[in-house]
Amino acid sequence: MAYNCVVPIKQVPDTKRITGDAMNDDGTVNRGSLPAIFNPEDLNALEMALSIKDKFGGKVTVITMGLPAAGAILRQSLYRGADEAILITDRRCAASDTLATSYILSCAVRKLDYDIVLCGRQAIDGDTAQVGPQLAEKLGIPQITYVEELLDIANGKISAKRNMGNGWQEVKCRLPVLLTVIDEANEPRVAIAKKLMKYKNARTPIEIQMQLKEDNPDASEDELAALAKGKIGTLTEKDLVIKQWDLDFLGADLEWCGRDGSPTKVHRIQSVVLTARDSKTVEPSEQSISDMIHELISDKTIS
Amino acid sequence: MIPVNRNGEVWVFAEQHEGKLEDISLELLGRARMLGDKLGVKVASVLIGDNVKSLAKELCHYGADKVYVLEHPLLEHYQANSYARVIYNLIHKYEPQIMIYGASPCGRDLAPRVASAAKAGLTADCTDLQIGDHEDKQANTVHKNLLLQIRPAFGGNIIATIINYDRWPQMATVREGVMPMPEPQGNRKGEIIEEEVHLTQDELPLEILKEHKQEKKVNLKASRIIVSGGAGVGSKENFRLIWDLANSLGAAPGATRAAVDLGFIDRDHQVGQTGTTVRPSLYIAVGISGAIQHQAGMSDSQKIIAVNSDPEAPIFDIAHYKIIGDLNEVVPKMIKAIKMRV
Repeated sequence: MAYNCVVPIKQVPDTKRITGDAMNDDGTVNRGSLPAIFNPEDLNALEMALSIKDKFGGKVTVITMGLPAAGAILRQSLYRGADEAILITDRRCAASDTLATSYILSCAVRKLDYDIVLCGRQAIDGDTAQVGPQLAEKLGIPQITYVEELLDIANGKISAKRNMGNGWQEVKCRLPVLLTVIDEANEPRVAIAKKLMKYKNARTPIEIQMQLKEDNPDASEDELAALAKGKIGTLTEKDLVIKQWDLDFLGADLEWCGRDGSPTKVHRIQSVVLTARDSKTVEPSEQSISDMIHELISDKTIS
Repeated sequence: MIPVNRNGEVWVFAEQHEGKLEDISLELLGRARMLGDKLGVKVASVLIGDNVKSLAKELCHYGADKVYVLEHPLLEHYQANSYARVIYNLIHKYEPQIMIYGASPCGRDLAPRVASAAKAGLTADCTDLQIGDHEDKQANTVHKNLLLQIRPAFGGNIIATIINYDRWPQMATVREGVMPMPEPQGNRKGEIIEEEVHLTQDELPLEILKEHKQEKKVNLKASRIIVSGGAGVGSKENFRLIWDLANSLGAAPGATRAAVDLGFIDRDHQVGQTGTTVRPSLYIAVGISGAIQHQAGMSDSQKIIAVNSDPEAPIFDIAHYKIIGDLNEVVPKMIKAIKMRV
């Protein structure tokens, strides 16, 4: 029995590599200063989907909502063994919060044939862990969060081990189901050389259009459109065009997309200012350390 | 989504496991009390389970004016689907203006499911909640008395304040340990409202096969003094120094994520954004550079001693006592000084 898996993924700024110029003077984030990466736990989700395919068969589809640059993580998924990749890109998706994002993703997932949806637990730019459960609710399917091990799939039911922070739980659930996968679950496989060779030229239509515009700065809109049509035609023959969907194609209700569809709004952003404190430097000598300890005893910090 | 309801109550989800309330729910009641008083509305707690009514009194002692009790045999064990369903129904019945949950594994599993069903906003992992106004410059309007949902974002590098002025209730999950536990008042009484619950087995898709709970090896939140080690300690063997210093002070040993990842100590000891948030009387940081993610979990400590050989280490920016030196020499001197006092 084969199972079809859908893996929603996200391209995120690498918040672990924050440098001095990561923050603008006005306290906002200088996204351009950070490398864009495949959200780490989404790689764990993809790995779990690929291992289901290895064991039971079926198809693995990755899907991301993002800017045209997110084509990079779709290709990385194809290199690792995903069968299909889909980019949802549309200006009207901008400023979506987790609720709007889960709504848009739900419209896309509904277009696919799926048994299991696998999400990373959380993305490192927001760390909210909300989109997984929100998407499950929108799809009307159960969720198993914090999955650290997939135990089995049999008779239309999946069993998995959840890491509950203060222990673990083994659960069984009917299909279709949504899992959120944690980083302890597995070691994501690396790119497969043969796949890399095959898919390194795979592109989304918008990437093709942007590249042609860059290569032909003097061409008119019509000329560019003709060039794009030709290029997409050539790549389609080689099965190298990555699917690209917009909100119209999804039939999404715009009231629930983007900024308008997002109940949460930013009131204020502050960069973290380290508060200056009354501080003293203590020499690493026996006497100074002993004086410090006595001071802490006399003000009752140490009893 | 429910309409904006200025008379709506402030709700706290009462997380209980096997008939015992979780600390986070009591911490939240302290803050809910403050928010409710500021808004001039009642504070209510939502208590769900089977045979849990006896816990309602305790919730009143910690600040609830009302407790909605939802009991049903199918609610005995927590599940996202069933709990979200009954909370969703309750929200639509009473239209609260605010609902807060602990950012525990359970709260983070449940709250987004409720938010998605209710088409309401939700902010994750708040470290502070306040009431304030929001000026919408584009629409030239001021939204008064909103829930300001304050949380670190972008790996802890910024603090974002989030609001939700139209699609209510305003909901948030709150990190454990960031809000002080209120003093219970044994004579405080509240109204206990028993709600009817209708559920079918179909709304319980999860079958729990096996479960194992392990008590955390250390209770960092309850410790007056914490001695933490970072990657700078160098090895698991050398981490003995941290244990020794902690023992000499009757303190709990803590660690940075880096030290945990290097295998120096168990993850239960981790302090910081992805670990436990602490606010002890004294925090001793040994061989810790002071990454922002670590500081997020300990910067509210009353006194901080930092020991590091690198004078540029960011931990010194927030330390009250800075000791620039080799921890292998400094820590034994500290232990000696502490032992001498007795």
